[in-house]
Amino acid sequence: MAAVKSDNQHRAPNAPALGLRFLLLAGLSITLLVIDNRENYLDGIRKAIGASVHPLRVVVDAPISTWRWIVETSTSRNDLQLENSRLKAERLLTQARLQKYAALEAENTRLRALLEATPHGSERIRVSEIMSVSANPFRHVVVVDKGSRDGVFDGQAMVDASGVVGQVIDVGLLSSQGILISDPDHALPVEVNRNGLRTIAVGSGDFARLELPFLPNNADIAEGDLLVTSGLGGAFPAGYPVAVVESVTRDPKEPFASVTATPAAALNQVREVMLIWPGEPEGNADDGDSEAADSGTGGNAGPAAAESTDE
Amino acid sequence: MSNGRNTRRLPVLLSIVVALMLSIVPLPAAVEAFRPDWVALTLIYWAMTLPRSYSVGTAWVVGIVVDVAHGTLLGQHALALCFVIYVTVKFHLQLRVFPLSQMTATVFALLALHQFLLFWINGVAGLHTEAVTYWGPVVSGTLIWPLLSMLFAGIRYRVRSDA
Repeated sequence: MAAVKSDNQHRAPNAPALGLRFLLLAGLSITLLVIDNRENYLDGIRKAIGASVHPLRVVVDAPISTWRWIVETSTSRNDLQLENSRLKAERLLTQARLQKYAALEAENTRLRALLEATPHGSERIRVSEIMSVSANPFRHVVVVDKGSRDGVFDGQAMVDASGVVGQVIDVGLLSSQGILISDPDHALPVEVNRNGLRTIAVGSGDFARLELPFLPNNADIAEGDLLVTSGLGGAFPAGYPVAVVESVTRDPKEPFASVTATPAAALNQVREVMLIWPGEPEGNADDGDSEAADSGTGGNAGPAAAESTDE
Repeated sequence: MSNGRNTRRLPVLLSIVVALMLSIVPLPAAVEAFRPDWVALTLIYWAMTLPRSYSVGTAWVVGIVVDVAHGTLLGQHALALCFVIYVTVKFHLQLRVFPLSQMTATVFALLALHQFLLFWINGVAGLHTEAVTYWGPVVSGTLIWPLLSMLFAGIRYRVRSDA
């Protein structure tokens, strides 16, 4: 066999035997597995290799983003005008609503001061795009195009226009991975907006369903209740909508009611997510270019009212 | 000699890079569960035909890259690929002379072993996913194997006749 013969010449003369090499590498993998599962010493290595994988992600993402660009640039003038007028109307509405919120926020701060409670801190928000790259096939994970270079940190909250999307689990240099709230391994502390009842929302593995497994049968919860983040876990800032209760089944035999909820955000079709830096002043100078949220406020309401308010 | 070696290496490395890219291309949710494990298939082919150059070491390095790209535990794919490639290299002489049907059956077993290891490691680490989702890639990978091995054989033939 010519192939085998010529192949023989490529090998170093005293390379260790196959079985030995396999055992060594398997031992090394198991060590890595154990360390990676328990500690996070390996983040540096992960980041270094991740940076070399980044070009692959960009190449994979390229045809899809090019297609999107073509679709965008070839939209007819008529469509653009329609969209423009729709957006203008929408902006008018939101601004009107925000004016009310600005007053409410001021009132809230005043009342909290009267109660001697700590006022809610402000937060900085930055839009980042989800890359068209699928990550771990067994989990609900997305890749976003911001990394440690942009100040993304582990555990950072991701939200979209209608609610919480997930949180960052793995920060690379130029891109990061985020876990969605629908992942079966994800749980987040929520409260019922109506009465402040606190519980935990656990992912179900289905994009359109969250489970609330820790509510007793007599808990005051009903279909249609809005669940918002309670801020107790520390990862998510308080007050973002998470889900709407879809069904409540109370079985007297069981200690807990079985409650399911529909996520507020469309988890499997979001294109852009907003990353939140809690406790930072809004509109920092260092992120002027991608601060998309406050571009249209006209300066009357101020950045505080324009971007994000806590409640 | 080194020139000939480079021209032989390039297509193999390229095929591995393309396999990595195919493994992160977004697919619609319905097809996602049946995405063949391109990386494992590619490595099995090259380990079977050129076991001296592409063996457990290559599999391990590629496995680590897959782990990082997919955000799985570091070492998970490395261990699974390493084991599958070890078995492949161990039996590469038999595998090479198998008729296509028998070879495809063996590839099915290898892919099943690979998925089982991934599943098992996830289980030990306490990460839970539905067991059903692990079997899609095994089925699709087996179905795609005859085509893929013909494609790779074509690449090899062309490269060798060029060199």
